[in-house]
Amino acid sequence: MNEKLKGFIEEAGWPRVIIGLFLLSLFVAAPFVQVRVDASISDTLVRFGMNGILVLAMVPMIQSGCGLNFGLPLGIIAGLLGAVTSIQLAFTGMLGFLTALAIAIPLAALFGTAYGLLLNRVKGDEMMIATYVGFSSVAFMCMMWLLLPYTSPTMIWGYGGSGLRTTISVEGYWLHILSDFLSVQVGEYFYIPTGMFIFFGFMCFLMWAFLHTKTGTAMTAVGSNPEFARASGIDVNRMRVVSVVLSTVLASIGIIVYQQSFGFVQLYMGPFYMAFPAVAAILLGGASVHKASMVNVVIGTFLFQGILTMTPSVINSLLQTDMSEVIRIVVSNGMILYALTRKVQVKR
Amino acid sequence: METTPLLRMEHIGKEYFGNRVLADVSFTLEKGQILGLVGENGAGKSTLMNILFGMPVIGQTGGFEGKVLLDGKEVVFADPLDALDAGIGYVHQEFSLIPGFSATENILLNRESTKYNFLVEVFGDRLETLDRPHMRERAEKAITTLGVDLDPEMIVTEMPVGHRQFTEIAREIDRENMKLLVLDEPTAVLAESEAQVLLQGMKKLAAQGISMIFISHRLQEIMDVCDKILVLRDGRVIQEAKTHETSVRQIAGWMVGRKMEEAAEARPADRIFGEPLLKVEHLWVDMPGETVRDVSFDVRQGEIFGIGGLAGQGKLGIGNGIMGLFPAGGKVFLGEAPIYLNDPRFSLSAGMAFVSEDRRGVGLLLEEPIEWNIVFTAMQTQDAYIRSLLGGLVKWRDDKAIAAASKEYIDALEIKCTSGRQRAVELSGGNQQKVCLAKAFAVKPKLLFVAEPTRGIDVGAKRLVLDTLRRTNREFGTTIVMTSSELEELRSICDRIAIVDEGRISGILPPTAPVEEFGLLMLGTTGNGNGENEADRMVYHNE
Amino acid sequence: MKAYTTKEKIQHLLISNAVPIIFILMSAIAIPLSGFSPTYLVQEMLIRLARNSFLVLSLIIPILAGMGLNFGMVLGAMAGQVGLILVSDWAVVGIRGLLLAAMIATPIAIALGYVCGAVLNRAKGREMVTSYILGFFVNGLYQLAVLYAFGKVIPISNSELVLSRGFGIRNAINLAGMRHALDYLVPLKIGNLNVPVGTYLTIGLFCLFIVWFRRTKLGQDMRAIGQDMHVAGAAGIPVEKTRIIAIIISTVLACYGQIIFLQNIGTLNTYNSHDQAGMFAIAALLIGGATVSKATIPNVFLGVILFHMMFVVSPMAGKQLMGQAQIGEYFRVFISYGIIAISLALHAWKRQKDRERARRSLRGEA
Repeated sequence: MNEKLKGFIEEAGWPRVIIGLFLLSLFVAAPFVQVRVDASISDTLVRFGMNGILVLAMVPMIQSGCGLNFGLPLGIIAGLLGAVTSIQLAFTGMLGFLTALAIAIPLAALFGTAYGLLLNRVKGDEMMIATYVGFSSVAFMCMMWLLLPYTSPTMIWGYGGSGLRTTISVEGYWLHILSDFLSVQVGEYFYIPTGMFIFFGFMCFLMWAFLHTKTGTAMTAVGSNPEFARASGIDVNRMRVVSVVLSTVLASIGIIVYQQSFGFVQLYMGPFYMAFPAVAAILLGGASVHKASMVNVVIGTFLFQGILTMTPSVINSLLQTDMSEVIRIVVSNGMILYALTRKVQVKR
Repeated sequence: METTPLLRMEHIGKEYFGNRVLADVSFTLEKGQILGLVGENGAGKSTLMNILFGMPVIGQTGGFEGKVLLDGKEVVFADPLDALDAGIGYVHQEFSLIPGFSATENILLNRESTKYNFLVEVFGDRLETLDRPHMRERAEKAITTLGVDLDPEMIVTEMPVGHRQFTEIAREIDRENMKLLVLDEPTAVLAESEAQVLLQGMKKLAAQGISMIFISHRLQEIMDVCDKILVLRDGRVIQEAKTHETSVRQIAGWMVGRKMEEAAEARPADRIFGEPLLKVEHLWVDMPGETVRDVSFDVRQGEIFGIGGLAGQGKLGIGNGIMGLFPAGGKVFLGEAPIYLNDPRFSLSAGMAFVSEDRRGVGLLLEEPIEWNIVFTAMQTQDAYIRSLLGGLVKWRDDKAIAAASKEYIDALEIKCTSGRQRAVELSGGNQQKVCLAKAFAVKPKLLFVAEPTRGIDVGAKRLVLDTLRRTNREFGTTIVMTSSELEELRSICDRIAIVDEGRISGILPPTAPVEEFGLLMLGTTGNGNGENEADRMVYHNE
Repeated sequence: MKAYTTKEKIQHLLISNAVPIIFILMSAIAIPLSGFSPTYLVQEMLIRLARNSFLVLSLIIPILAGMGLNFGMVLGAMAGQVGLILVSDWAVVGIRGLLLAAMIATPIAIALGYVCGAVLNRAKGREMVTSYILGFFVNGLYQLAVLYAFGKVIPISNSELVLSRGFGIRNAINLAGMRHALDYLVPLKIGNLNVPVGTYLTIGLFCLFIVWFRRTKLGQDMRAIGQDMHVAGAAGIPVEKTRIIAIIISTVLACYGQIIFLQNIGTLNTYNSHDQAGMFAIAALLIGGATVSKATIPNVFLGVILFHMMFVVSPMAGKQLMGQAQIGEYFRVFISYGIIAISLALHAWKRQKDRERARRSLRGEA
């Protein structure tokens, strides 16, 4: 039994075990500090649905050996452009949501291609450069949000100024368009955004299916051993670009799904740090810098969002202090740090 | 001799995991003597040197048998730095120089002259400042001792290759107590004239009382500078001789000579081959460490064609180049169709397959299941094991067909594994090699390149691998080009054997040719060879 | 090697200094647009040189040791801030306060530097991204300490420092008692300009230290390790230990740099001041023409001037040009991140090219 436990901890890595136990203890402690468990679980589920696709966006690049996609903001920007344009066109309901996707996806594919070509030139240093590509694209878009000729009165600064607002409400356009589809409301506090789950599940299915195609198999092989793939006639650089495009497109879809649930489009510095929670979540789910699966995505997102939901309520009631922010920083960056410093399996 | 020899190695033996690589090697080396150490790759030269230097790999694999005596006293080095302290220097085959440093800085690396300052008292010796003028003096002295022309201020990256080698040697000379210097193929990268300068330098050092062990495959150089030679083969001392009492031809025979009856027996009488299947004209390949310069040959339908030669001469580059893995040029035809080089996919689609010598680096997806490893190439190049869905829009991986096909190969090749889902990394070397073969067979190639198929696997697996190759050739008529460092292996299976030396084919021989002939072809008589060998070579070329 | 013609030399000079040249041109356009007077700009630059140079200089030694840009320098900055917070509480003022703060912060910086070095030894080849994440991680621990432990575990008596709830440090701390304590230690006034001579002297001393350090055995070892870890290791240089030393030195210096920075500013933003210290320092160094593998003292000063020139003038220039100061502000943020992205990408690309070239040089004549 002891051996088994040891083996399990070794397999999962101690940070995951500690964080898992921590989350568990939060749920256990919740009723004692007058935190409603059903509301907490419901919250966790909603956040899980909101963030799932953004975490899923990590998978292709990890599989193809490009590492953790710290450049996620690039795809998010494509999603923002889609959302904002859809609102500008004043499309509402499902039409608005689909328009946003239809604009975001080709843009993301375009950005992703350029980004992928760049990453091919900097093999081995992808992660650091990805981070700064993400940051600089966000900063660049900050200027663009001020300059782009959007005119919809719900989006531009009210008092005669030009440029878009920092947060734009999607209410009246496509708020909860996915979440409320077939949603379940139990009592006052418990709510399941079924539609969002279905959509997330569908995306996971597509990703899973892709990895089972010829191209998906080739991509995994590129990540596993690029030399092997090359010797088998695979164009390694092309596969890497494909994975980056996929990741960027998923990020753009992910942010729109996030917005329809959250209710707001956050521009300017909004997307700045969005890569980090997604990276931390997938690592928490058991992925390494080189391998990731749908299971990692689902478990990781759930654990990570669980902690984000539970710490403010439970810890605050417990200690009368808001420590959630600090815990979030320590947990997410600790997780990334752990993954980065784990000894790479030596190729013998 | 009356005095104690500088170095005496007594009854040295070494096993790696039950695999004997050295047995009962003894020799002595006097002060100021140069010993030529010769032998094929895998003869045990490097293991012997690793033992002398106390390389950690020796200790980690169970130590060694026998004794090493330096100046009559037994020594055991825990690591190479100990050996350095005891006055034994090693000049590696690969350069170990700091690229952005000058010759002086490299020669005195980690032995810099320093000056005291008061901060040393607080923070320790490493805060002493460098004494550049004195460093330069020492470097110049070492360079003069070696007798070469080398600018002490020149940066390594700007140096010609020869000067880098001199820098490396000068670094060893600068050590105060240097008694014994091991030079591992120092002339391999040098031009003729540079090699001559180096040989002169070595003689000068010997005259000053420094002993040397000189490892080279250029036998003429050995003849030129060494006092005596030691020939190793299969981990044993075959011959120890005074240089002036022997000849290049004799040494070559000692190096490669074996009893070949067994191999000859297995050979069927006359085999009949079809038209030439593979035509190679003036091929060059830029493969690091295995450069191919100008190679032409034909392989006939149904033949097993062997490519042999010493490591680093380019034999491995041929297969890698034709398969598009390294930049290559020249003309290659498969049947009548020209092969576009530098495009692995084209070579594979044309009907060729390749079993790489770098099993773990290129040959396998270590982290993926055996099944994937076996079918991957066939799947990607021929759409095998693929089901078309939605009218061909989606190419779905057919996991069932994959499992069935891999099971067949696993059974046929007796791959020992728990199932086809087991990860390749968990297999033993021999079984990994079988997976690599299965991968190549799954492509159903017309022409199969196999590089070093038995490297690093045990005897039983070796036999099985060779038998499998032979069977594939006989039963399916697959033409095979096999590259190997083991001449015996080539002679046991091949119909013709080409020997590669310095990036060129120095001759093509039938497997029944006397072993001495192979030896001479391998040992690069280029440049310093005599006329007789040149004549031999011409004959074989035009066979 | 062949001799270069003058034209080639100039070309080479232009290419290798492309980044600073572009920034000089940009400043040349932006300065007139902004409408700032030259006197104002000179004064501003003098202040900012004093304020920032030390922080930027602290990056040089890890670059020497081949560890890239030390994004982990924020660790040192945090240590420095802890020192300053404690000293403010004890109400030690003036230069004595600064020295005391440095004395308290040094052991913390050494400990953090050691941890950082040890972590980076486990992540060879991706030091930068690891040190970057480590910065975030330690930031979490720092907040934990400052927000919860200070006032509870570590007694803080000055109620002006403590949040109203009774523990945790306030968002902003006034360092009035220590403001300019080093800057004007040696008073000098030229016209209307107050010259921070004390800080300049400190920076000058530090530059001398770097020049001297490069000539020590330790500096030489670091250079060797920076170029080829394996060769250096084979020659008996203790690679891992030396790398840790490099990071410790950098962290301690960043700690002093942050103290100097804050005494010039005069207020400590408990939860933000260190955040951007690393980013601004790195951007400045790169704009000065340094790369991930090579940085010199002139790079530092040129970089600080160019970066901060742009920093000062771009909001005004943006306002004149686009009618919105906001644009200029975003522009400078974009430039800071963009320049780091481009420098990193160029360096990685060059390294890939170099590897290919090195391979080809081994080919010999085919």
